[in-house]
Amino acid sequence: MYQFNVYRIGPEIKLGSVDISFTNASLFMVISSLAILIIFNLGAKKKTLIPDKLQLLSELSYSFVAKMINDTAGSKAKPYFSFIFSLFMFVLFCNMFGMIPYAFTVTSHIIVTFVLAAFIFIGVTIIGFMKHGLGYLKLFVPSGVPMVLLPLIVVIEIISYLSRPISLSVRLFANMMAGHTMMKVFGGFVISLGIVGGWLPLSFSVALTGLEILVAFLQAYVFAILTCIYLNDALNLHH
Amino acid sequence: MLKKIVILLFVTCFACFNTVSAAESGGMPQLNPEFWISQIFWLIITFGILFIVLTKVVLPKISDNLETRKSQILENIEIADKQKEESKKKIDEYEKIILDSKLKAKSYFNEAREKILDDINKKRAALEKDLDEEISEVEKELSDLKQKSGEKINKIAAETSAELIKELIGEEVNSSSIAAIVEDQSKINRERKDV
Repeated sequence: MYQFNVYRIGPEIKLGSVDISFTNASLFMVISSLAILIIFNLGAKKKTLIPDKLQLLSELSYSFVAKMINDTAGSKAKPYFSFIFSLFMFVLFCNMFGMIPYAFTVTSHIIVTFVLAAFIFIGVTIIGFMKHGLGYLKLFVPSGVPMVLLPLIVVIEIISYLSRPISLSVRLFANMMAGHTMMKVFGGFVISLGIVGGWLPLSFSVALTGLEILVAFLQAYVFAILTCIYLNDALNLHH
Repeated sequence: MLKKIVILLFVTCFACFNTVSAAESGGMPQLNPEFWISQIFWLIITFGILFIVLTKVVLPKISDNLETRKSQILENIEIADKQKEESKKKIDEYEKIILDSKLKAKSYFNEAREKILDDINKKRAALEKDLDEEISEVEKELSDLKQKSGEKINKIAAETSAELIKELIGEEVNSSSIAAIVEDQSKINRERKDV
């Protein structure tokens, strides 16, 4: 579990009595953000009719996220495009940078994913109440439910609504942590079984690397698309 | 045999896993709250900067690019459509010109033909007139000749008969009476001929 350790880089920084030192986690957040900004800025810089590789990459990502938002949350969600784009790219790049050996995976820490998920949850709730007022509470009362079942359904709906940030954050965190742990375990097998028996776990490890890259993309996508779905609930309010 | 190997492998794997996890004791670092605040702080800073820069600088550029490309493509399609229409018009014009020229050529041809026919007819009429005149002239001459020859014959006949009578009888007969007889005789001959 050494790969998940957070340690201080550089001097200890204190804000009042709170420790906000620059750690390896912070380093990889900065690296991911910088990588996103550099790649997309380079891609957006050139304005040619026929795009080159970087431009194509940035434009494809743009239309990919735009299509995802439009499909799940409709055209009303357009003002939130840049937030979901940044969110998707941030999670994706953090996941992907975690796949580099000896790198730190920012999203494998529950606190990071929970802060993101909680921010989304609070934001979506505020948007919902701003758009619909108290009518947003109708979200907890699905239409076409018999009166007898209504109290039960409402309680279930409220619990499921409140558990959204937890499920959203734990999904990403657990996926990333489990994948990296599994790779670590198989890597450990390679060492301990030596040159005789280490080939089998090694081949597993290679296969798992591919799987983990897929998971890294998929979890970023799931995170973004769930955000879109929550946003859709807040914007359109039909259950 | 294979089963045995697989089982053995799994047992060794399990043993290894136990030793590995024993060496990694100390629990999940994720649940250690020592650096939670720091992570939250840096997450907010980095994500905030990322969000702001993407929103203010990068994404508008990309969407501008996409928009301009879209509009340019639409423009190009429009221009292509216009040019297509123009070329269609030109083709129509060209076909019309060809048709017109064909009609003109036909009319020229007809005109020329009519002219030539007219010419031919005129010339033929002139020729026929000339021929008719000549024919009538010749006929007139012929009839003149005929008449004159009759008179001459009569005169010769009268003279020869007068000579003959002189030789035969030795006496001169009045020439006018001989001429009258000859005239009668020729009249009778002519009548006989006519009958």
